Amino acid sequence: MKRLWRWLIPLAAVPVLVLLAYGFRLSPRDIPSPLVGRPAPGFALATLEGAPLELATHRGKVVVLNFWASWCYPACYEEAPVLERNWRGYRERGVVVVGVDVQDKREAALKFVGDFGLTFPVAQDLKGTVSVDYGVYGVPETFFLDRQGRIRVKHVGAVTDDVFRTTVDRLLAEAASP
Amino acid sequence: MSRVRIAVLAALALIGSVASPIAAQTATPVSEDAVHDIALQLRCVVCQNLSVADSPSEMASQMRAIIRERLAAGESPTEVQRYFVDRYGEWILLSPPRRGFNLLVWLLPLAAVVVGLATAGALVWRWTRRRRGVRPPPVTVDAAMSERIRRELESGS
Repeated sequence: MKRLWRWLIPLAAVPVLVLLAYGFRLSPRDIPSPLVGRPAPGFALATLEGAPLELATHRGKVVVLNFWASWCYPACYEEAPVLERNWRGYRERGVVVVGVDVQDKREAALKFVGDFGLTFPVAQDLKGTVSVDYGVYGVPETFFLDRQGRIRVKHVGAVTDDVFRTTVDRLLAEAASP
Repeated sequence: MSRVRIAVLAALALIGSVASPIAAQTATPVSEDAVHDIALQLRCVVCQNLSVADSPSEMASQMRAIIRERLAAGESPTEVQRYFVDRYGEWILLSPPRRGFNLLVWLLPLAAVVVGLATAGALVWRWTRRRRGVRPPPVTVDAAMSERIRRELESGS
């Protein structure tokens, strides 16, 4: 009995240690989005130049929806050339890149767009409603929508050429063979 | 043991009062209190451990505006909370809902308190019993033996 007690107390710490070991390995930034697989929330914003930008008009295309901000350094600065390069490469194949600028000043956003020579449509989410609709935590976050308008992939952090191409190629291939 | 029971009840009451959802039943004419009550239960997504009500960030203020708008549109506080949970998952709630696996979070601390109090009680009981038992037993020494001891002590020194 006495021997059992001597072991029981240190043993009681084991489940706690296991729990802590598991918990501390998780990144608090890695949160699964409940939106993956669901229809993408629609929105109607205005581009930085003032033209209307509606998600619904791009139905039938693979949409790469990128949330960014000019103050988001360095990740947004790393991915801007990637997005522009791939937008140019894929735009003839039924792919559209849409930028949503969040919590930003219009002048700063315009300067960012000018500096990187971005040619894809960029809108400002002034009230934050679109960001919340997409469950955005921070910038950059990128959503890949299929031709049926469903959110298929959510990418947190800067988009790389590899991520862009593999994801978009997969969605394009899938849409071609229904 | 009744003291243990009182402590457990007190712990229960304390946990209950902290965890009970804040009742916010006001509807369409939106009061700031109603907005605050909902914001208090939502995690500010760009902060560490701050509610949307407490955070000064722009994101949180935009989220408060969204809460206000949805309440003004006639949604109930539960529906507004649902809206955020649908988009961010249960992660957005500062206190996990008390059902399923989440119950563990609510019950484990309670269980720990009960086990801890029981262990402490048992140990105290054992220690006090041992002290009572350590009283020196009466020693019976017959006359011959005490004579012998006396003799050996004297000759030895």
